[in-house]
Amino acid sequence: MQPLINSLPESVFTTKVDDLLNWGRASSQWYMLFGLACCAIELMQTGGPRADLDRFGCVPRATPRQSDLMIVAGTLTYKMAKRTKLLYDQMPDPKYVISMGSCANCGGLFQLAYSVCKGVDKIIPVDVYVPGCPPRPEALTEGLLRIQEKMMRERWLVKQPKVAAESAGA
Amino acid sequence: MKVEAKDIFAKTELRFPEKVSGFKGDVFEPYFQIEPQSVVEAGRYLRDEPGVQFEVLSDLTAVDLPKENKIQIVYHLYSYSQRHAIVLKVDLPREEPHVSTVENVWKAANWFEREVFDLFGVNFEGHSDLRRILLPEDWVGHPLLKDYVEQEEYDGISTQREPLVEKLLR
Repeated sequence: MQPLINSLPESVFTTKVDDLLNWGRASSQWYMLFGLACCAIELMQTGGPRADLDRFGCVPRATPRQSDLMIVAGTLTYKMAKRTKLLYDQMPDPKYVISMGSCANCGGLFQLAYSVCKGVDKIIPVDVYVPGCPPRPEALTEGLLRIQEKMMRERWLVKQPKVAAESAGA
Repeated sequence: MKVEAKDIFAKTELRFPEKVSGFKGDVFEPYFQIEPQSVVEAGRYLRDEPGVQFEVLSDLTAVDLPKENKIQIVYHLYSYSQRHAIVLKVDLPREEPHVSTVENVWKAANWFEREVFDLFGVNFEGHSDLRRILLPEDWVGHPLLKDYVEQEEYDGISTQREPLVEKLLR
């Protein structure tokens, strides 16, 4: 019997299931339509025809329940921070957060104001920080590619040794 | 014929003797002082008097003056029919500032007065719905007062800034 090597050159390729799942998730990140301030204008530009986030499989969703990615674009006030936490909790796992612009990173220009939250990482975990005031569409696209890199490194099907360590510690 | 600001002041002074004072006409927006207890009557007079007709309360705001130990409420009036404007100023004591609402004279005062209550803590007596308008309802303090102290945290969200910023502030 002939070995299978190169016998089906054009129609079959082999990969790991993890990589396949990651590739699928990384190539279809649905981000939530969530603009808070002027960064949202750049976010719209990034979704527009020139930067075109759609070519990476990113489409805006109007509800957190269908979103994988939250792009916090703009100044976060304390009043909005509580709502942002709620929206984040409504997103299904696995979920990712991009903090876009100086205001979302640390409060930025407005961090001395009484009403402005000093960074979105005070309330929810952030995966990628995009600096700039506001960041250009290229910068946000770079941030998105970093999220994709992070997704591709994840391993969901292997046993998590961390769980065993935690239970042993408890 | 256009009515001069000093004529408006003279008319008001004639109607409310010893209640108005301190007219200043050689500025961009002429203003005069008025006693707190006659704000509503004077407002209604200025709105209804033929030839004066301030139908619009275009702004109502406040200034905190701790050195003079007073809070100044500022009423910006405008007349679309007569095309003139005037500013009224009312001095209130800094301890428990209160003044009658002008909501029944100009409907727009409702939200303006809520804003001044929110940020300065001025109590507008007779107001139909005196709640905070901008800040969350569980906010502590009135942040536009000069002696406002920022809380350590708001609803579990830390208000602390990055150490570098604190260093630059000092």
